[in-house]
Amino acid sequence: MSDPSVTPPVTSPSAEDGPRRSQLSDDLMRRVLGGNVMISVLAVVLALVIGGFLIAFADEEVREAATYFFSRPADLLSAAWQAVSEAYVALFRGAIFDWQAATFVGQVRPLTESVVFAVPLVLAGLGIAVGFRAGLFNIGAQGQIILGAIFASYIGFAWDLPVGLHLLLAVLGGAVGGAVWGAIPGGLKARFGANEVIVTIMLNYIAVYLISYILKQPVFNPGRSGQRSPNVADSATYPLLIPDWLVPGNNFRLHWGVVVALLATVFVWWLLERSTIGFELRAAGANPHAARTAGMSVGRTIFITMVIAGGLAGLAGTAQVLGTEGALTAGVAASYGFDAITVALLGRSRPLGTLVAGLLFGALKAGGFLMQSLTQTPIDIVLVVQSVIVLLIAAPPLVRAVFRVPDPTKPRRRSGATRTKEVAA
Amino acid sequence: MKLELRGITKVFGSLVANDHIDLVVEPGEIHALLGENGAGKSTLMNVLYGLYDPDDGEILLDDRPVTFTGPGDAVAAGIGMVHQHFMLVPVFTVAESVALGYEPTGRAGVLDLDRARRRVAEISERFGFHVDPDALVEDLPVGVQQRVEIIKALSRDAQVLILDEPTAVLTPQETDELISIMGELKEVGTSIVFITHKLREVRAIADRITVIRRGKVVGEARPTSSETELASMMVGRSVSLSVVKTPADPGASAFQVKDLTVLSPTGTPVVDRVNLDVRAGEILCVAGVQGNGQTELAEAILGLHEAAAGSIVLDGQDLRGKGVRERLRAGIGFVPEDRSTDGAIASFTIAENLVLDLYDTPEFARGVTMSPAKVQANAEQLTQEFDVRLTDVRDPISTLSGGNAQKVVLARELSRPLSLLVASQPTRGLDVGSIEFVHQRVVAERDKGTPVIIVSTELDEVIALADRVAVMYRGRVVGVVDAAQAGGVDRDVLGLMMAGVPYEEATAQAAEHQSTLAMADQGHLPHEEQP
Amino acid sequence: MSTVTAPERADAAPAEEQVLARISYRTPVMYALAGLVTLFVFAVGTDPDASTTFQLASGSSWFTIPNFGVPSLVGALLLAAAQLAAAGWAYVLLRSRRGVPVWLHLLVGVAFVVSFLVWAGAGRTSVIPVTSLLAGALALSVPLIFGAMSGVICERSGVINIAIEGQLLFGAFVAAAIASQFASGYAGLAAAPFAGAAVGALLAWFAVSFRVNQIIVGVVLNTLVIGLTGFLFSTLMADDPGSWNARQPLGVIRIPVLSEIPVLGPVLFQQTILVYIMYVLVAVLQFMLFRSRWGLRTRAVGEHPKAADTVGIKVNTRRVWNVVLGGAVAGLGGAFFTVGSGLAFGREMSAGQGYIALAAMILGKWNPRLAVLAALLFGFSKNLGNVLSTIGSGVPSELLLMLPYIITIFAVAGFVGRVRPPAANGTAYTKD
Repeated sequence: MSDPSVTPPVTSPSAEDGPRRSQLSDDLMRRVLGGNVMISVLAVVLALVIGGFLIAFADEEVREAATYFFSRPADLLSAAWQAVSEAYVALFRGAIFDWQAATFVGQVRPLTESVVFAVPLVLAGLGIAVGFRAGLFNIGAQGQIILGAIFASYIGFAWDLPVGLHLLLAVLGGAVGGAVWGAIPGGLKARFGANEVIVTIMLNYIAVYLISYILKQPVFNPGRSGQRSPNVADSATYPLLIPDWLVPGNNFRLHWGVVVALLATVFVWWLLERSTIGFELRAAGANPHAARTAGMSVGRTIFITMVIAGGLAGLAGTAQVLGTEGALTAGVAASYGFDAITVALLGRSRPLGTLVAGLLFGALKAGGFLMQSLTQTPIDIVLVVQSVIVLLIAAPPLVRAVFRVPDPTKPRRRSGATRTKEVAA
Repeated sequence: MKLELRGITKVFGSLVANDHIDLVVEPGEIHALLGENGAGKSTLMNVLYGLYDPDDGEILLDDRPVTFTGPGDAVAAGIGMVHQHFMLVPVFTVAESVALGYEPTGRAGVLDLDRARRRVAEISERFGFHVDPDALVEDLPVGVQQRVEIIKALSRDAQVLILDEPTAVLTPQETDELISIMGELKEVGTSIVFITHKLREVRAIADRITVIRRGKVVGEARPTSSETELASMMVGRSVSLSVVKTPADPGASAFQVKDLTVLSPTGTPVVDRVNLDVRAGEILCVAGVQGNGQTELAEAILGLHEAAAGSIVLDGQDLRGKGVRERLRAGIGFVPEDRSTDGAIASFTIAENLVLDLYDTPEFARGVTMSPAKVQANAEQLTQEFDVRLTDVRDPISTLSGGNAQKVVLARELSRPLSLLVASQPTRGLDVGSIEFVHQRVVAERDKGTPVIIVSTELDEVIALADRVAVMYRGRVVGVVDAAQAGGVDRDVLGLMMAGVPYEEATAQAAEHQSTLAMADQGHLPHEEQP
Repeated sequence: MSTVTAPERADAAPAEEQVLARISYRTPVMYALAGLVTLFVFAVGTDPDASTTFQLASGSSWFTIPNFGVPSLVGALLLAAAQLAAAGWAYVLLRSRRGVPVWLHLLVGVAFVVSFLVWAGAGRTSVIPVTSLLAGALALSVPLIFGAMSGVICERSGVINIAIEGQLLFGAFVAAAIASQFASGYAGLAAAPFAGAAVGALLAWFAVSFRVNQIIVGVVLNTLVIGLTGFLFSTLMADDPGSWNARQPLGVIRIPVLSEIPVLGPVLFQQTILVYIMYVLVAVLQFMLFRSRWGLRTRAVGEHPKAADTVGIKVNTRRVWNVVLGGAVAGLGGAFFTVGSGLAFGREMSAGQGYIALAAMILGKWNPRLAVLAALLFGFSKNLGNVLSTIGSGVPSELLLMLPYIITIFAVAGFVGRVRPPAANGTAYTKD
C-alpha cells in the first residue's frame, strides 16, 4: 500500500514562483478545463442525481404513484420531482442561504453553520492528506480527534489560567493529544513495519472505549451523568468570530476555530511545498527506496508525518470541545474522522483542495439537518452523496464516459519517454 | 513449425516500437534477433506471444494466419517463451510453476500434483536438466530457474521457443549449458528465436540472424559475418567504444573494504568477506554475472545494507555505524543500479531530483524552509552543464528519456566534491551517445583524483573503463586484475573468473582454450581485442 | 530493497566461520512479558486464601460436571511458571535457529487468559461460566470468520478488501429485508450473499477495472453502505417494519449425539445452519486454496500476476470473480447479525466487525486456518469482556473491551510485522 493512485503527487503550479507567468496560467487553464476541477464538478452533479433517485425511491407518494405507473406515468414523474426538489431545496436552504428567514442574519446563518461543520472536517482532512502524501493510510483520525478532545477539554475545564494563555494551552493540548495517538502507529510502522491501516483502525476503537471510561471517572464526571464533562472555562473557549456587538442579534455559532483551520491550511501548504520536512515526506511517499538512497530516514519521516497528522486531527477535536460543543461528550468526534477521509480524497490530498472539499461536505452536513427536519429525508443521504462523489472522482474515465467528455490530458501527455523503458528489448 | 511475421507494427503513444517488421523462422532453426537495448526486440516477441496486440501486421504459422488474443492462444498454437525476467511464482514449487495454467486435475478441479511432478521429472530427465520438482522456485539458482522456464514451455509442446536475453543472468558455464540445450532442442525439431544484443553468442549458435534497429529490420546476416559488421548494422554507425583516457595516475590508497560480509534477509551471506582497496584517481571495476553480490556490495558501501561483519574505511575514517546521509556527506557519490527505483523519484520535478540529497543543506534551505529559487537555479545550471535535453526543469523527471534521466542522476552526484564515486551499472539501458557521455564524466572524475568504483556486468564496459578489475562470484572477490599489467585485461580470463575460477588457473585455461567456444559474456558494442 | 535473488549457496563457507544473521528474540520476550504480568499482577494481586470457581456444564449434557474451585494463588503461580517455561523453551529453540511452533503461541495465549480468569474470579461468589463463555465467543466470531475468509479469497488474488465491513452490513440489511418479505429466515440467508457480492462487484469494478487505489475504494464503499442502509432503514424499514424489518430467526439445529458432548457439544453443535455452513466453508477454502486449480491460479495472480498472464490466465477476470465471491462470503456472514441472531436490522449494526475480520486475516497470515484462530481470539476476548462486566470484576469493562484491539496492535507489531502478504496485494495489474 504505497502511493494512493488518486493522489499522484504532482507539484502544483503554485509551488514555483519562477518567471514564466504565462506558462503558469496556461497550465492553470488546462487544469481547470480538462482536468480535475471539471471532473470534480461533474462528479458532484452525478452524485446528487444518484441521491435524487434514492430520495424518490424512498418517498411514499412516489412509490404509490409507481403502482399505477403504466396508466398515469406523469404522476410518478411529478411525485418524484416534487420529493427530490423539496429535499434538495431544503438542503440548499440549510447549507447556503435561507431566503425564507425573516432577517438577513437569519438568511445567511446556514452558511455560517456550514463553516462550523466544515472546521473539524478541514482540520482532520488536512491530517489525513498529509499522511496520504507520505504514502500512509491514516484511517485513525477518529481516534486522534477523540484524544485531542480529551486533552483539550481537560485543560479547558480543570486548569485555571489567564485569558489567552488558557485557550492557547488548551488548543496546544488538543494537538498534543492527537499527536500522541498518531505517534503510536507512526512509531510502530517506523520501528517494526506494523501496517498503519490496521493499527490506526484498532486505535480508533481503543479511543472509543477510552473516552467512555474517562467520562465515568470522577474528574470528568462530577455530576455522575456519565455523558458530559464539566463545561470548558470561558477563558479556554474559542471566542465567537462575529460577536454580538459587531452584528447585533446574530446567533451564529461561528468561532475562532475557523481561523485555526485556515492557519492550518496555510501551514500544511508551507509544510508540503516549502519545507525540508515536506520534501522528505513527499519523497518517502512517492518512492521510499530513492528517499533512502538519497540519505533520508524514511522511518523518521513516517513518524514525524503521523505526529503532524495526529496533531491536525487533534485540533479538529479542539474545534468541537473548545468551540461548538463546549464540553467533552462520548460522541464528540461524531463521524468527523471518517468523513475526513473522504474530504482528503476529494481534495486530492492538497491543502487548498482539502479546504474546499471540507467546506462542501460541511455544507452538505449542515443542509442535511434542515432537509431531515423539513422533508423527513434522512441525513444518511449525505453519506451516500459524499461517498459517490469520492468514488467518481477517483475514476475519471467513468465520469467522462457518463458525460461523454473527451480526455483532454491525453494528447498533452508525453508518454514516449516513460515507454522506452518498457519496450526495451 | 514455420513461423512468419509480416509487417508487424506496434505503437506506444508517440513511440513506434515496431515498424513493419518481417521475420521468417524455419522449422528447426535457431534464429537470432539482434538489436540494441530499446530496439524493439522484446516488444516484437510480446506481440508474437499474444501479450500485446499489434497495431498492424499478421502472424502466420505454417503459412496459416493466426490471431492471438492472449498468451493462452499463443501457447495453444505451440509457441513457448522464456522471458528475460522469469515468469515464475517464487513461493510455488517447480511442479506447481510448470503446472500453472495447464493444471492436471482430478474431480472438481482438485490438483493432480503427482502428474505434474512426473511431467517435470520426465522432461528434466530427457534433456538432463537435473531439476527437483518439489523444490521451491525462490530457492533455486537463476540458471536452474531458467531451466524450469524451458520445462514449462516444453511441457506445453512448444514448437517455437522464444528465449529473451537468456544469457543476461548466466555465468559463462551456464551459458554453455544453455547453448547445448538449444542444440538438443534443435535436434528434435524445435525452432528457437533467440533475442540478444551479444554478438559473440549470436555467432556461436545462430543459424540465421535478423538485426533490428529502432523498431525496424535493418537486415539479415549470416553467423559468418564479422563482429564489426554485425555491430555496425546493430548500432547504425561505426562506434569505437574505447574510452579516451590517459593511463591512471593513482595516488595513495583512499578507500578500503575489509572483510565485509552482508547477509540476505534469510541470513545467507550475499557479500562474503570481501576486501577491496581503491586508490585516489583510479577506477576499480567490480565485474561479475548479475546477482553475485556486487549490488549488495555497492549498497553496503553507501550504508543501505548493514554490514554483518567487517569494516569500510574512507580516507582513514571508519564508516561503520554511520547512516546513508552521513556517508553521502562524507563525500560518497552514488549512482544506483536501478535508476527508476533508487535513483530518482518519478513524480518529482527534475529540479527536485537534482537536490534529492542536498535539499536541507544551507545551499538550498534556511532552517527547515527551502528556497525554490535556488533549487531552480541549481537545476538550470546543472542541466546545462550535463546537456540534459528537457523543456522545463519543473517537469517531472518521468518525462525524460532514460539517458537524460541518468544524466540528471549523474549530475546530482557529481555536483558536490566527492571523496569516492560508486556507480552501479551506470550505462544500463542507455543509447550509445549517452553511454559515451557517462563514461567521459566518470573518467573526468577519476582524473580529478577521486577514487571510483564501477559495478558492471558488461565486460566491454569493464574493459573500457577499468584501471583494475575485481571479479565477484557468489559474494566473494575471486581476484583482482590490473589493467596496466602485462597483457592487460583478457576477456576470456575475466569470463572464467566470473565463473569462480581463480586468476592463475583462469589465465592458464584461457591460453589453452583460446580458440574454442566463446566463454565470455560479451557486450553489445564492437570492441577491439587486446593487442 | 534489492530484488536480486541471491542464489542458494551450495558450497557455502564452513559453518564455524560463517557470519550468521542476528536472531530475533521477540517471541520469548513476549512470552516472558505475559508470564511476568501473570506473576506480578495476577498472582501478587490475589488473596492467598481465595479460590476461583469454574462452571463447565449446563444441564443438557449426558452427565453434569460439578462446578469446581481452583485455589487462585496456586493456579496463577503455576500458570506463570508455565508461561515463563515456554519463554525459556522458545529462547532455546530460536538460539539453535529453529522455529517456534504455532501451538506454543496458542498454549501461552490460553495460559495467559486462564490466569487472567483465575485472577478476575478470585474470591468471588459468582462462577466463571466456561461453556457460555465459549459459546458466546464462537457466536461473536462468526461474522469475523466469514469476513476473514472473504479477505483471504480477495487478497490471495491481490485485491485488498477493506470493504468487508460494508459487505457484512449490506448482507445483514438484505437478509433482514428479504427474510421479512418472505417471512422466512432462510430466504434472508439465501439473499445475503448476493448483497455482499454486489458490494464486492463495486469494489472489483473500481479497483480492478478503473485501477483506483483498493484501500480508498474499500473505505469509501463502507461509507456508502452505511449511508445507504441507514437511509433505507429510516425510510423503507421505518415506514413499514412489519414487512421490511421483522425478526426472522433461523432455527437452532442440534446435531444428534455430537451436541451432547459436555462443553463442546453445546458450544459447537447446537447452532444455526449458518454456523455449520461456516465450518464447511473454512474446511473447503483451506483445501481449495492449496490443492485445487482455482487455488493455484488465485495464488499465482496474487503473487506474480504477470507470470499468470503469460500462461494464459486472465488476471483481472480472476480477480473480479474472486472479489465478487469474497463479497458473497462476507455478505453471508453479515446475515449473522440479523437472521443469524434473530434480530431486526439496526443502523450500523456491523459496528466495525469487518475491520476486525481484516485484522484477523492479517494475524492469520492470509491462511484460512490461522485466520479462524485469530478470529476466535477476537471473539473470545470480546465475550470475555462482556461476561466479566456482567459478573463483575475489578477491571473496568472498557479496559477489557479494549483488549482485543491492543492484542492486535501488539501482534501486528510483534509477531506479524514481517509476515509476507501476497506479493502483488494492493497493486492493479495492467499489461503495459
